[in-house]
Amino acid sequence: MNNLINKTFLKLKRENRPALVTYTVAGDPNKNQSLTLLKKISKHVDIVEWGFPHNCPTADGKEIQNSSYRALENGIKLNDIFNLVKKYKKDKNAKPLILMGYYQMVFNYGEEKFVNKCKQVGVDGLIIVDLIWPYNKKFASLCKKKSVCFVQLIAPTTTNQRMMRIIKDSHDMIYYISMLSTTGGKLKVTPKTILKNFNKIKKINKNKNIVVGFGITDKTISSLKKADGLVVGSALVKTITDSLNQRRDPLIAAEKIVKKLKSKII
Amino acid sequence: MKIKKGIPIYDQHDKNGFYGGKFGGNFVAEGTLKPIQDLTKLFAKLRKDKKFLAKKEQLFKSYLGGETPFFKLKNLTKYLGGAQIWCKDVSSLKGSAHKGYHATINALICKMSGRKYLCGDTGAGMFGKNLAMAGKHLGLKVKIFMGTKDIARQSVNVKFMRDAGAEIVPVDSGSKTLVDAVSECMRYYVSNCETTHLAVGSAIGANIFSKICVYSTSQISIELKKQLIQQFGKIPKLKLINVIGGGSSALGFWNEFIDYDKKHVELIGVEAKYAAPLATNAKLSILHGAAQYCLTNKDGQISPTHSLSAGLDYPGSSPMHGFLKDAKRARFTFASDKEALQAFKLVTKLEAIRPSLEPCHAFAECIKIAPKLKKDQIIIVNNCGEASKDKKIFLKELGYYPS
Repeated sequence: MNNLINKTFLKLKRENRPALVTYTVAGDPNKNQSLTLLKKISKHVDIVEWGFPHNCPTADGKEIQNSSYRALENGIKLNDIFNLVKKYKKDKNAKPLILMGYYQMVFNYGEEKFVNKCKQVGVDGLIIVDLIWPYNKKFASLCKKKSVCFVQLIAPTTTNQRMMRIIKDSHDMIYYISMLSTTGGKLKVTPKTILKNFNKIKKINKNKNIVVGFGITDKTISSLKKADGLVVGSALVKTITDSLNQRRDPLIAAEKIVKKLKSKII
Repeated sequence: MKIKKGIPIYDQHDKNGFYGGKFGGNFVAEGTLKPIQDLTKLFAKLRKDKKFLAKKEQLFKSYLGGETPFFKLKNLTKYLGGAQIWCKDVSSLKGSAHKGYHATINALICKMSGRKYLCGDTGAGMFGKNLAMAGKHLGLKVKIFMGTKDIARQSVNVKFMRDAGAEIVPVDSGSKTLVDAVSECMRYYVSNCETTHLAVGSAIGANIFSKICVYSTSQISIELKKQLIQQFGKIPKLKLINVIGGGSSALGFWNEFIDYDKKHVELIGVEAKYAAPLATNAKLSILHGAAQYCLTNKDGQISPTHSLSAGLDYPGSSPMHGFLKDAKRARFTFASDKEALQAFKLVTKLEAIRPSLEPCHAFAECIKIAPKLKKDQIIIVNNCGEASKDKKIFLKELGYYPS
């Protein structure tokens, strides 16, 4: 697939380091600031994930829930997010962008219309948390037609046989969920176990780029740098919440933590 | 959309868990799929297992109290002067509601799957109460997720759950009612699915959860069919009226009758006025793991609801009800808080039964239509919950609570 995500992984392989992937929520704390924040951290990040908030997020922990509710209270709508993505993609520091969220939002917008809109504004990938294989086959092929990378998810409970099938149907990037938890949970498995599972996936197809997410913080990130990419979500979102609560600038705090995370994996 | 003959409503789905090709499914996180598939296999096995069936029978009989009564509401019939009004009094079960059936079955499945932990959501507290009791009866540790608004308005049931040894997890996010309690319970399951059995409190959630629920509550219509034949020698022309929140009692009340022509057995579902996705033609949406009719805004966000009745204060509806609606087998309407309160006043003045706020919505519809019908017509209302949990609300709204 001719896609910026793939190109980024190729480049990082030459640099021999994992991708730093961040997750923040579009519209938090408000439309403009969320865009400014994304631009600001993009200098240090390789791929950005942007959450499109839903008010019934059944797989998210407290941090991302709070961030999503804040964004919704400030009036963010799906079409605003598409407009913001378009603006972001014009920025000189723009990185490949993955939109992430729940299927209800896509379903309500219309699958085909959603993918077309993604293509039109420059979205590079999609993660739909509750649209798992094989139920995502039709949607994933819609994405493929438009060169939008549909990111399949694999969890510790995914059986080997299922894993093989998911990988076969996957695009350039796969997301390995490190542990059974909602987002923001404390890492309850050892980095060794995570890397063992990572290698198991890698062995099935070494050409796929496997990023690891859930429980990644500045404390845990360096122990996992053998992965193709590492996703930091709740830890970053919490930084934003904390600075808002302390009436400090969330942009400065976010940039600081992203820089710190980067320093641990290069 | 067509209903297949001779198959229970809960088994009418395809291999992907969809009813009528579009309701239900499994919109879940990857991590929970394996436990959900394991549960699906286990349930398929248990349904045919003699030991499980004997245990089910024994629990329904000696623990829940056996067959619930079916009788004519003579005074209400006379007062309204139209159709005969009969009552299937499910509220006489131990645990005072139909939730006893699927709480008990879920506790039994949990036990037989070798798990010690059981979690569930509750709105009015009826499912929570029954799950706490069944868990205690079978020696399980129970965790109940309940919105803080509901904890305040259904304190009688909260005390009951605590006394039965269950842990109550207050949910303070979003609406602070059932919709967020279900979400929080599902989040807990995402993190603990390998050790904990999830009991979803209504006929909602990913396919297997709604299926287990309606399999259990179907006991209501199994009994009713027998009682009808005893009473009338046949299945007479009927109207079966049931309240709908998620829809677990209605589906159980109707299951044995879905094969009948709707002119023979009419199915009428009554929602709360401001939580009525079926009656108001809400959009097909994805909520709590399943496609269903659900109240949403234009952007797809789940809409807030209002009902005086905590058990009905929910934006979604069972996928099986969506199926019955599109197949034109059931008809759906709604009643307001005020109509439900008026129904309570009238029914309790004339009869000895004490319906909780939820079935009062069904009685409100019955009161509306009965006077227009002929005397040979038969209406049966499922009195699916007992009122004492709502004493505080009735005292506040009506100024009295009947003895």
